[in-house]
Amino acid sequence: MITETKPRRATYYEELSDKGYSRRDFMKFCTMIAAYMGLQSSGAAQVAKALETKPRVPVIWLHFQECTCCSESFIRSSHPIVADIILDKISLDYSETLMAAAGFQAEEAMHKTMKDYHGEYVLCVEGSVPYGADGVYCMIGGKTSLDILKEAAEGAKAVICWGSCASNGCVQAAKPNPTQATPIHKIIKGKPIIKVPGCPPIGEVMAGTLVHLLTFGTIPELDGIGRPKAFYSKRVHDSCYRRPYYDAGLFVEAFDDENAKRGYCLYKVGCKGPSTYNSCGIMKWNNGTSYPIQSGHGCFGCSEEQFWDNGPIYARMPNAGGFGIEASADKIGMTALGVTAAGLAVHAVATNLRKHKVVEDLIEEGKQSEQELKQD
Amino acid sequence: MNTAATHSKAHMLRRVFVWELPVRVYHWINALCILGLIGTGIIIGNPPAILSGKEAYAFFWFGTVRFIHFVAAYVFMFNFLFRIYWGFVGNKYASWNNFIPTNKQFFSDMWNVIKTDIFMTKAETNHSIGHNRLAGFIYFLTFIAFAIQCLTGFGLYSATSDWWLPSMFTWVPPLFGGDFFLRVVHHWAMWFFILFAVVHVYLVFYHDYVEGRGEISSIGGGWKFIDEEVFNKNHPGNEPKK
Repeated sequence: MITETKPRRATYYEELSDKGYSRRDFMKFCTMIAAYMGLQSSGAAQVAKALETKPRVPVIWLHFQECTCCSESFIRSSHPIVADIILDKISLDYSETLMAAAGFQAEEAMHKTMKDYHGEYVLCVEGSVPYGADGVYCMIGGKTSLDILKEAAEGAKAVICWGSCASNGCVQAAKPNPTQATPIHKIIKGKPIIKVPGCPPIGEVMAGTLVHLLTFGTIPELDGIGRPKAFYSKRVHDSCYRRPYYDAGLFVEAFDDENAKRGYCLYKVGCKGPSTYNSCGIMKWNNGTSYPIQSGHGCFGCSEEQFWDNGPIYARMPNAGGFGIEASADKIGMTALGVTAAGLAVHAVATNLRKHKVVEDLIEEGKQSEQELKQD
Repeated sequence: MNTAATHSKAHMLRRVFVWELPVRVYHWINALCILGLIGTGIIIGNPPAILSGKEAYAFFWFGTVRFIHFVAAYVFMFNFLFRIYWGFVGNKYASWNNFIPTNKQFFSDMWNVIKTDIFMTKAETNHSIGHNRLAGFIYFLTFIAFAIQCLTGFGLYSATSDWWLPSMFTWVPPLFGGDFFLRVVHHWAMWFFILFAVVHVYLVFYHDYVEGRGEISSIGGGWKFIDEEVFNKNHPGNEPKK
């Protein structure tokens, strides 16, 4: 076996003890992350055992067309071990944002990992890949992002798409998508791909996905569009603390009205919570401080496919293309209804003119029968 | 006693049992469901502004509106499924081949209806007994609209329920890239139902008015009436028994 020729890699627990974390800190982390992953209480022990016994998994973290908000979110997840476990030198062999090396050394480090741990490393991708103009819109070290991605994915055990950019192209793929930004799953075939969309995704969700991969050695259960079910199976709307106002029919009508002050439901000002699947309402952000709805702004729908093209942020229904700027479904519907009514009125008049004879005959026959009955 | 037969213009009408009881019950359940679904759907899509000083626990009206929408949706879907079933076991006026074109004759008949009843190039009327061909085809389109509303509606609903029936629709949202698009389709399709209902009611009155064969009452009692001549022409060797 190739692995035996390599020096023994330290386990996560060993690395963490070396860094000065106590056993107690370690167990707290395992319990917390198991809870976030939605495991039963014995899951904490499974996580602990995996991190104690399994050697660290090498991670290559690539950045393409993105804003690095995913990395920023990740390093702010609520437990310090989360950042340490992945982002410190322990596991991260290559990350443009966070590695110390630069230039040739950095590229060298990546290639070494790709060679030494062929088929073992996890490839994390932040950002989409541009196809336009032969990919010149995103080049690193003289190579297009497409080439870099294909090379790195070839030996990867699994690919994790961080954020909406890698999962569905996010804002740069919004119409008209000038750089032909393309999400990862449309490029890489034949590898397990986990999408962790969001703009950015929640730090704990990112950590939970990685820890699942480490603990069980398998990719987590995914939903219909490839997101881990543990974090993306519930609607934001169903875990929203403003939900009682929705059921009570109490809505914010404008952001500066009395209802907004009272914290009513943001449904009518375009909240996308009812169509969005994420853990924001439960985990929240920045150590559980808040999330958009709690801050008085509707959900953006950032964890959904093509959310930039899914209609206006501050209205419920998108306007229809080709019908003018302010043409919503209902306005067009009302117009169609008016046209129909007018058409029917014309038809009714035309009927009385054109079918005059038939109708007259019927009336005549009816009247005659009426009179004949009277005569009896 | 003078009978209608004694004067030349009189129609000898023959009674035909067109709409069986299950078809009529289906029709009215469907009508009520669609009205309810449109009404509640419009409210759900754009709820009215209510100002109140009361706490949220004092109200549940929006929840109730949604509840009615969902209950009506279940009834609507099962009613629709029943109608599909009845299209295979019901009488010849309820059969599936009234709706789905299978031959050229279907289209030429349809064109004839368009000429006679829509553009009125002819001053006479047609003598269809069940659905005329155009109506049948439009109903086929409504069945497609029913299916679209069931798929998009239950697709949206599936995430909020653990029951196996709505769970059978969990494949729908990923197919269209999430709930956003389903929501838009579901909303747009509602307008088809509104326009259909208006035209449908108008045409029922139209046919009753120009043909005088019991179009409106047929969906109550199931009877329509056709000219004896037409009946005999369509049923040679099947003369009415004394």
